[in-house]
Amino acid sequence: MIVAEQKPLSSLKAMLEGHRKVLAVGCGTCVTVCFAGGTKEVGILAASLRMTRGLDGEPLEVDETTVQRQCEDEYLEPLADNLGDYDVILSLGCGIGVQTLAQRFPDTRVLPALDTKFMGRPTEQGVWEEHCQACGNCILDLTGGICPVSRCAKQLMNGPCGGSQDGRCEVDPDTSCAWQLIWERMDRLGLADRLMDIQPPRDWSSSRDGGPRRVVREDLRTPGVADEADG
Amino acid sequence: MTAEQHDFEPRVIAFCCQHCAYAAADLAGSSRLAYPTSLKIVELPCTGRADVLNILHSFEDGADGVLVAGCLSGKCHYQSGNLYAKQRVAYVQRLLADIGLEAERVRMVNISAAMGAQFAELATEMVETVKALGANPLRPGPPEPREHQAGDRP
Repeated sequence: MIVAEQKPLSSLKAMLEGHRKVLAVGCGTCVTVCFAGGTKEVGILAASLRMTRGLDGEPLEVDETTVQRQCEDEYLEPLADNLGDYDVILSLGCGIGVQTLAQRFPDTRVLPALDTKFMGRPTEQGVWEEHCQACGNCILDLTGGICPVSRCAKQLMNGPCGGSQDGRCEVDPDTSCAWQLIWERMDRLGLADRLMDIQPPRDWSSSRDGGPRRVVREDLRTPGVADEADG
Repeated sequence: MTAEQHDFEPRVIAFCCQHCAYAAADLAGSSRLAYPTSLKIVELPCTGRADVLNILHSFEDGADGVLVAGCLSGKCHYQSGNLYAKQRVAYVQRLLADIGLEAERVRMVNISAAMGAQFAELATEMVETVKALGANPLRPGPPEPREHQAGDRP
């Protein structure tokens, strides 16, 4: 899932200065699961904003709604009808949700209530950890299902490095050494000998240095629309 | 404490677990132990049910204080509901501070069903704390005039 965290209330208050009527829009997918931008978090943030602005003597009207997925246009359609009532949209979606709202409603200002952190999973209740950097060239088959790109501080392809101490990373003793985990897992699978093959320097061209990446599935594109888009 | 602070009747919502604090309040009543009537009790199956939103909405709707009263540590009927409640109360305290209200307006206490006298004491203490802080500035309308109560301390 995409993991996000709410911005400090003081930042959001500053962003909303001068605005009087806000639509706070949550997202029912990733940020609901990581407790950053679901229906409940929208309620908590809306109440907090109403209260803090009330204390300042500058009341803020905050209406609340949550759509199933902020990152797809069709889920935003129900918002179109009443949008004229609001000065601004406060999105509790990830960065993609904010951008989808901004693109769908270009005449309304859209503000981000969250900081999008990473793609990860809960390692225990209330704790999320990054597990994928979307490098575009998955090598989990070589590493026992443990990703050195996202979980090794040095993104080593042939580890561990000398900073691995008792299974911990030298960068942060609370972080497991990804390569220790990889060796243990591969050993358990009876595949440790494969780690003796040296991996060549990695081709990062599939990663994110060439601007926004696209995935195109010709079989799924809408006939006619696709031809027009491609010129 | 200013005269104005003395003169208002605080509204304190007490979210009480049915297994302990609610029974303790009952015991205080049947033992004829007075506690301020400004404490309004909401019975919950467990303080684990006291959501952050319940507490925040209490303040938004004008409550001057919120008391969350759960079982003694290690005695929750659902294992850890009171421990979750404690964490949530701490979270709301931070939220209140960010919002601009005093964190002391919300408090978690742990008592057993047999602690009727302690419930009355804790309830009185909470109401006194809230009185000292003054009315919730978000409370709609003018503060209610204070009436004499049997449980008032001299």
